[in-house]
Amino acid sequence: MSREVTQAPLLETQHLTRWFGHGDSEVHAVNEISFTMQPGEILSVVGESGSGKSTLARLLLRLLEPTSGRVLFRGQEATKLHRGRDLKAYWRDVQGVFQDPFAAFNQSYTIRRVLYKALNLLDKQISRQERLERTEAALTEVGLDPKESLDKWPHQLSGGQMQRVMIARALVLEPKLLIADEPTSMLDASLRVTVLNLLLDLRKRHSMSILFITHDLGQAYYVSDRILVMYHGGVVEQGAVEDVLSSPQHEYTQHLLNDVPRLHGWGTVLARPVEA
Amino acid sequence: MIARNIRAYYAAGPGPEVKAVDGVSLSVDQGQVLGIAGESGCGKSTFAAVVSLTARPPLYIKGGEITLDGQTVHLDKQIAVPEWWHGEMVALLPQRAMNSLNPTAHVRDTVADVVRAHDPTVSRDAAIEQARVRLEQLSLPASVLDTYPHQLSGGMRQRVVAVISTLLNPKVLIADEPTSALDVSSQKELVLLLQLLLEHEFITRIIFITHDLPLLSNIADRIAIMYAGKLAEVGTTSQIVDQPEHPYTQALIGSVLDPEPHVRGHQLEGIAGSPPDLRYPPSGCRFHPRCPYAMDICSEKDPPQLGSEDRFAACWWVSQQSAAQSVEGIQR
Repeated sequence: MSREVTQAPLLETQHLTRWFGHGDSEVHAVNEISFTMQPGEILSVVGESGSGKSTLARLLLRLLEPTSGRVLFRGQEATKLHRGRDLKAYWRDVQGVFQDPFAAFNQSYTIRRVLYKALNLLDKQISRQERLERTEAALTEVGLDPKESLDKWPHQLSGGQMQRVMIARALVLEPKLLIADEPTSMLDASLRVTVLNLLLDLRKRHSMSILFITHDLGQAYYVSDRILVMYHGGVVEQGAVEDVLSSPQHEYTQHLLNDVPRLHGWGTVLARPVEA
Repeated sequence: MIARNIRAYYAAGPGPEVKAVDGVSLSVDQGQVLGIAGESGCGKSTFAAVVSLTARPPLYIKGGEITLDGQTVHLDKQIAVPEWWHGEMVALLPQRAMNSLNPTAHVRDTVADVVRAHDPTVSRDAAIEQARVRLEQLSLPASVLDTYPHQLSGGMRQRVVAVISTLLNPKVLIADEPTSALDVSSQKELVLLLQLLLEHEFITRIIFITHDLPLLSNIADRIAIMYAGKLAEVGTTSQIVDQPEHPYTQALIGSVLDPEPHVRGHQLEGIAGSPPDLRYPPSGCRFHPRCPYAMDICSEKDPPQLGSEDRFAACWWVSQQSAAQSVEGIQR
């Protein structure tokens, strides 16, 4: 997707770094990561388990303090926000969707309560009527029937439906940026496509930016404009999806691309079993 | 190996039973990999539990029989299978097998326990030596025996468990979503290992269960597509991947996201709706509420199984299509 270069970035990270442990067991989970995101852009972050993708998500969501480096959101330094009031304001604009829909919700809250609680982040009191309207609108947007789902409990919904509720929970706040950390990895292939289509729709309707974290290059290829490949905490390659996937420069990207099973054979490494 | 007419239901409180597997018959030839694919809740893991003889309440086997190397066992409420079948005839590699290693014991201790549970006359050292030789034959580092599980990566743990569970050379290895917790690179390592186990004839058949069709197309010789406790379609890998007949198979193939140029800028559909509640399965064809080609008859009568036992699609629409084709052929 072509964009003017002059546009101010929505999100920018500068040398973002997070280490865990110390001494011999020091782990550089996220190491000197710098990238920018434009408004309305979908950026995929791919890499194997342990490459630091989820740590990056937690840093961007301000759920984790960086060891060094900065996160700038609309030019303002988000990593300097510490007071509850400021963080609440940040979270109105930057929301997260996580991997495990079954672990993300309090099992003793109804969907209505989950969504109402999300609205507590707003800086002003809203009327009961508006609260209901916003939650109903969000549920409709993710393809759930508000009348049917509002008074259900998490255990009464399927994984795909819960993942939609999780997206609706972010949507009630009308965020500018959605950090989606492997939102589809626990879903079936057939449901995966519907959730990815939903993300594409949201971008189209609200020009929302989405940072999409995945280990599946196929999904990254399907949804994103740009891709960022992580390996051992660092960025090894970033660029437009077409460029990175059609001519990967870094050895690790080539390796990753080679390991993806395709419907028609495993690339060059594994020959398809010969059939009689 | 042939599994015939397997039926297994979950007892679910006072309500009707969950008919998770309802009359499934499948066979695997020597040296082959049979893949079973379908969405969550289609009964594929239940089928794995039944054929790996690990069904436990609330899962109850209602009927069926398994023939393996000329020996037949009838499955009834209780599995009347000789004890030695476990591990020596069939072995299970479960979804999160890596967590099945004892975290406080060296891997070698787990190995010794497994082997000696089957044959107490084998000494500890002999059991460990056996594993060492096996690991070397499979070009895995034998040093893993002297580590604790937490020192190994998730992918390596999964491979180690695969080796341990096949130490007794079972005839069939049932792999139930063995790669779903692994990233693509470890996933490929595991698949290569399974193929190596077949090549060395440590095992003679694999039943590989997953919802990942691209993965399955790379390892399976034949694929069975399950939906809502029944078989939707069975065929060789190329028949299923290149000429899917059943609308459900077509929809599954249509949701595959290969990282290939043609996937981009091309809206994929997925499958609307979700699998049915198997306490109250839909009448007739169980896929009809979600099927784009559903006709009146689909909700009324069970679909016919068209074709042979090795290649069929259970679908009214397919049967109509092929009838129309044969009429055309006669007219010509």
